[in-house]
Amino acid sequence: MKIWVPLDSAAVALGADDVADAISAEAAKRGVDVTIVRNGSRGMIWLEPLVEVATDDGRLAFGPMEPGEVPALFDGLESHAKCLGLTEELPWMVRQTRLTFARCGVIDPLSLHDYELHHGLKGLKRALSMMPAEIVQEVTDSGLRGRGGAGFPTGIKWKTVHDAAGPQKYIVCNADEGDSATFADRMLMEGDPFTLIEGMAIAGIAVGATKGYIYTRSEYPIAISQFQKAIEIARREGILGPRVMGSDYSFDMEVRVGAGAYVCGEETSLLNSMEGKRAVVRAKPPLPALEGFMGKPTVVNNVISLASVPVIMDRGAAFYKNYGMGRSHGTMALQIAGNVKYGGLFETAFGLSLGEIVEDIAGGTASGRPVKAVQVGGPLGAWFPPALFDTPFTYEDFAAKDGLIGHAGLTIADDSVDMLKMARFAMEFCAIESCGKCTPCRIGAVRGVETLDRVAAGDPSGIPLVADLCNTMKSGSLCALGGFTPYPVMSALTHFPDDFATAKEAAE
Amino acid sequence: MPATPAFDAAGEETLSEILNAHRGIEGPLLPILHAVQEAFGHVPQEALPIIAQDLNISRAEAHGVMSFYHDFRENPAGRTVLKLCRAEACKSVGADALADQTREKLGIDWHDTTEDGAITLEPVFCLGLCACGPAAMVNGKLVGRADAAKLDKILEGAR
Ligand SMILES: Cc1cc2nc3c(=O)[nH]c(=O)nc-3n(C[C@H](O)[C@H](O)[C@H](O)COP(=O)(O)O)c2cc1C
Ligand code: SF4
Repeated sequence: MKIWVPLDSAAVALGADDVADAISAEAAKRGVDVTIVRNGSRGMIWLEPLVEVATDDGRLAFGPMEPGEVPALFDGLESHAKCLGLTEELPWMVRQTRLTFARCGVIDPLSLHDYELHHGLKGLKRALSMMPAEIVQEVTDSGLRGRGGAGFPTGIKWKTVHDAAGPQKYIVCNADEGDSATFADRMLMEGDPFTLIEGMAIAGIAVGATKGYIYTRSEYPIAISQFQKAIEIARREGILGPRVMGSDYSFDMEVRVGAGAYVCGEETSLLNSMEGKRAVVRAKPPLPALEGFMGKPTVVNNVISLASVPVIMDRGAAFYKNYGMGRSHGTMALQIAGNVKYGGLFETAFGLSLGEIVEDIAGGTASGRPVKAVQVGGPLGAWFPPALFDTPFTYEDFAAKDGLIGHAGLTIADDSVDMLKMARFAMEFCAIESCGKCTPCRIGAVRGVETLDRVAAGDPSGIPLVADLCNTMKSGSLCALGGFTPYPVMSALTHFPDDFATAKEAAE
Repeated sequence: MPATPAFDAAGEETLSEILNAHRGIEGPLLPILHAVQEAFGHVPQEALPIIAQDLNISRAEAHGVMSFYHDFRENPAGRTVLKLCRAEACKSVGADALADQTREKLGIDWHDTTEDGAITLEPVFCLGLCACGPAAMVNGKLVGRADAAKLDKILEGAR
């Protein structure tokens, strides 16, 4: 019997380890030979721990599983109370376009053999048969844009580093995924780490870098240990090292762990952090592409940007570019979170409307109450009211509505949420996490909290002050922490003015 | 509050092992601080000048780096560190109420430790468990869909 039990953090947080133990114990008790594979998550977090059992027809899914329900698995599969049917036929799976996450949840994350059986290493092999400039061109042609938030074309960034002189260049993978509602980087590092290793190796070959770093978060212990194991395996198998897959290229990598500072996700703060300095944001220019880690030309890319490269190299730029809408090409790994009925990771081409995502795919709220607002793009993203649910999920359409898609996290909130409190939290978060370099961010955010407290206490004169503060922060901040905190604040104020009309309530 | 243990000869020995293990790597300070906190449970202030000297940076610089990050503590934490997520996705499923209840029950605020030295409460901004919040971490172990009953059960053992 072959059984999959995810080791994904979310599955573990919901009891997957206990379920795995119960399976081993029951198998031993019954004298049944069972192989347990600790896979990544399929992304259906509401069904975690999601257990799968191999059958002649495919993998049967069971979830959410409790240890007490394990013995019944051995009495009959289809008759089990938690049997959901074949995983691949579940509506959530059928509706996706899984390119970057094609293997996540499917394979044994630490089996290179399994990886290769599922198209793994094909992209790298093709890259090794090309000139570096051709690889850069292929990535440019795919239309891939940075998935870390800013949406900068990945190929153009690579070209700058490719063209830069220097014996030493670096690939830095930004795995500092600090936005609330995001977990795609974590899921990939846990569920399909070789894809990221392959993507980074291709990047290294393309731009002439021999060393890579993955900067991730101390809040992600499982991702860290899983990724470190994957690096060791890749090294042992000659994917990494002085001769990448037997070629003349050398490439190796190392994991670095942050220490609980949100701003370290900003690329220049991240580089300072890696260099062992205070992680204040650097002014640009110089661009990290020219003077990055240790002052050397450096590609800084998000996990999902880099992990999308293998499929682009394997299937070709045109294949990837054909997905999507407008100038937003390819797929995006939506992370649907918060008060949501069906929450998790859903990879799809750009262009679905926000309403389709929230109502249709996510099924609305878990509480069953009406959706009040959806924050798109993490703590620096705007809150969207249902009136804007026709907005297509693309970089440009969200920018046109004073929002952003960021790393594609969506926090769904029901009508019990107080948007004044959420606006206050945005300011508080900015104050706590500011690197301190710019006054409008460092001091403005503190004033923002105080002013919103005044509004909450019934003083409407604070509202124009908040708007003024937001303008100052927008124009006077070096990076998007201070510069974009006005998005959640102003969107809350604009779309939910009733939550700020506290004077009336106080008087009543 | 537990007393800060003296940074004795054994401590210096541990520190010098850590420093040796990090020789030759690029940007060693952050990995060193992590290793020190892992070994001592906090970053003893006596360690900073030694680290600074070893890396040829000023003591102020070392202190400036350490104090930049929320993770590093100057004093030991309680035996159990409870981290509760305060970010938006968890807020939308009641993280604020859970935090209020927890603070009241433990009689402490964020960053404080109970008087018996058992539990330290820390805020955390996102554990990547945003589709199964409220999220918590107890001594490194992840907890999804946390509620008062779940936390009570976990913390019972900590007392
Ligand atoms: C405050 C702040 C936090 C950020 N956090 C992240 C992050 O966690 N992960 C990430 O990839 N990019 C983050 N970014 C964006 C990075 O600065 C940078 O644009 C990105 O890593 C580039 O990679 P990409 O082009 O592949 O997206 C952040 C930016 C700011 C201003
Ligand atoms: S906006 Fe804030 S976080 Fe960004 S550089 Fe300025 S002070 Fe630092």
